[in-house]
Amino acid sequence: MYAHPFAYHRAQSLGEATKLLHQLGEESRVIAGGQSLIPLMKMRLARPAALIDINFIPRLSEIKNHNGELRFGALARHADIEVSEHVAEIPILHDCASGIADVQVRNQGTIGGSLAEADPSGDWATTLLTLETSVVCAGLEGERVVPLDEFFKDAYTTVLGREELVREVVVKKPAKNSGGAYLAFKRSASVYATGSAAVQITLDAKDACKEARIVLGCVGLTAIRAKEAEAELHGKKIDERAIARAADAAREAAEPQSDMRGSADYKRALIAALVKRAIGIAVRRARGENVEAGHEYVGR
Amino acid sequence: MSAVEKVNVRIRVNGEAREALVEPRTLLVDFLRENLNLTGTHIGCDTTYCGACTVLLNGRTVKSCTLFAPMADGGEITTVEGLSTDGALHPVQNAFAECHGLQCGYCTPGLLLSTVYLLKKNAKPSDKQIRKAIAGNTCRCTGYQNIIKAIRMAAGEMGKR
Repeated sequence: MYAHPFAYHRAQSLGEATKLLHQLGEESRVIAGGQSLIPLMKMRLARPAALIDINFIPRLSEIKNHNGELRFGALARHADIEVSEHVAEIPILHDCASGIADVQVRNQGTIGGSLAEADPSGDWATTLLTLETSVVCAGLEGERVVPLDEFFKDAYTTVLGREELVREVVVKKPAKNSGGAYLAFKRSASVYATGSAAVQITLDAKDACKEARIVLGCVGLTAIRAKEAEAELHGKKIDERAIARAADAAREAAEPQSDMRGSADYKRALIAALVKRAIGIAVRRARGENVEAGHEYVGR
Repeated sequence: MSAVEKVNVRIRVNGEAREALVEPRTLLVDFLRENLNLTGTHIGCDTTYCGACTVLLNGRTVKSCTLFAPMADGGEITTVEGLSTDGALHPVQNAFAECHGLQCGYCTPGLLLSTVYLLKKNAKPSDKQIRKAIAGNTCRCTGYQNIIKAIRMAAGEMGKR
């Protein structure tokens, strides 16, 4: 399959990329890993007149660990993040990076591209919304820092302006006694998940829940923060009953649509189950246990 | 709409410098097959799913149906044609033949490169790691059991060297 013809521009710097966006106007788009955009272009669902390739911009894929923050260059590939020693400190990031699509897609797809694409079934938004995350956006006039919970406006829509692009994703490291887990359920490796749940928990000195964030993926136009579910844990001992109440609240917070991946009812049940298990794993990790988690599919 | 400017793409394929002037929308897999006549890399689903088009780009597996050729400019590519040396099969190829790790063979070039990539990163993979490593390669004949056997055998043979 061939994409509609387009003019190819290669940016050597972010400044050049924003200038090109300005010059080429409405019909131009930035391409990073291309693992969402290229399939869309091949199916002619997207037909930009010009592409601005940012893959050749130096140092845009670096992962830095500094001052209590992890800073991911926009071009950091999922595979780079999967093996980064810095990421090992925050298991929920590893859960996410290590199971996105398949090996080949992880070698090419980028964290910046995933956020900018804002696909309702994307993995990074759901995961990163459980942490203190912000997005550094570069534009013609300079940079601005946008908290991730203000970044997404709708499905496939972010606050990025026409002439802006993601430069860096900044994640504040969680407090001590924190643990998180990202669980995504999919039919096979290479497809988007049917449902996903990200949970990040901080325990206090008495093993009760000091802080909880619960975010649901693939069951709304954007990732959904399930605040009622969080409230069921907050300040409480996280026992089976509290977890069951949080899972019920998450089921209510989900806004799934029936599609080829499953009916809305099925997805609500799935989300409740994923949240229940993700809370369990997050708590064990917060207590210092090593637990494996991530994407799940048949044949895994 | 053929007015768009063509782009010169230079890559090293299996150690050899190659170049061609192509439309920017040329996919890497078509660049390899149509411009360079390297037809060992197959097009299966053409939708980023099946992995038949898998090649190594700068040492990492990618789906060559999901990359525009200019994005690979300056890169080093290994295709299935680059695996054997002087007519002798690569140990991974040999293991697939020995273990019947293929039937029709359509998915095989991609699976071979995914295996080469896996064993470069992890010389002794567990079965679970093998399954995860080939999750992006679809085979509609074998049921995968013999592919997994072949990868185990290749790991063993390459470990002896």
